[in-house]
Amino acid sequence: MSNLFAGQLIAPKTYIINRAALVTYANASGDQNPIHQDEEFAKSVGLENVIAHGMYTMGLVGQYISEIAGSSSKVKEFSARFTKPVVVPADTDVELVVSATVVEIVDGCAKLEVSAMCNDVKVLGMTKAVILL
Amino acid sequence: MLNPDLVGSTFVGATSTTISAESIAAFAMALGEPDTHIAPPTYAITISLEQSQAVLEGSGLDWSRVVHGDQRFAVNKPLTAGMVITCNSTIESARMVAGNEIVTVRSDLIESGDVAVSSWSTLVFRA
Repeated sequence: MSNLFAGQLIAPKTYIINRAALVTYANASGDQNPIHQDEEFAKSVGLENVIAHGMYTMGLVGQYISEIAGSSSKVKEFSARFTKPVVVPADTDVELVVSATVVEIVDGCAKLEVSAMCNDVKVLGMTKAVILL
Repeated sequence: MLNPDLVGSTFVGATSTTISAESIAAFAMALGEPDTHIAPPTYAITISLEQSQAVLEGSGLDWSRVVHGDQRFAVNKPLTAGMVITCNSTIESARMVAGNEIVTVRSDLIESGDVAVSSWSTLVFRA
């Protein structure tokens, strides 16, 4: 996408996170840690409930960035801090709302700052990407 | 606690991984990505984290206490099916904060001698 400009706000997109999605991600990524699937286990290690893989949340944000860039192949840099877990109770669709701002256009690339929120809580911090124009 | 002498050490991956079209497609679909032919930007974690786990467990850290603190990727060449990847992991830093050990590992995914993707994982080993 070459018509991006500094200061541009990119339209938000909402992703649905639920237990079935976590199982699908666990199988696709190989991360079978039971805190992401087994409520009893998650609670036994002091968590409120099952939590999403941080890398699943980051992966969904990556999908948003790929869509802005026009292709996954145009994402040059991508970083995030896992600030709050995404808690996923049984039979619940949790909404992850992702939005971005174009910070700068430089050397044929756009620098983005990205926001990822669940229930009005910021779940990723310092989320940044560099995409090829 | 990690032996401080290990900071700066690079562990060369003993085995290579051939990226399959199926693994890219499954990963893309799990993220709702319609293009299932190019690895999504976070796909490298499926290779890098496993090696980080092997290196850090081998260095005496308890993986069952780990929480992912932050993550960064730098892509020189997008990963695609058929690439044969070896992974070199370097322990870049280790520090104790309030009893938790915070370790940053850089994993370089190498194809034909060139770094395709670098992945930095900061991992927090809870007290």
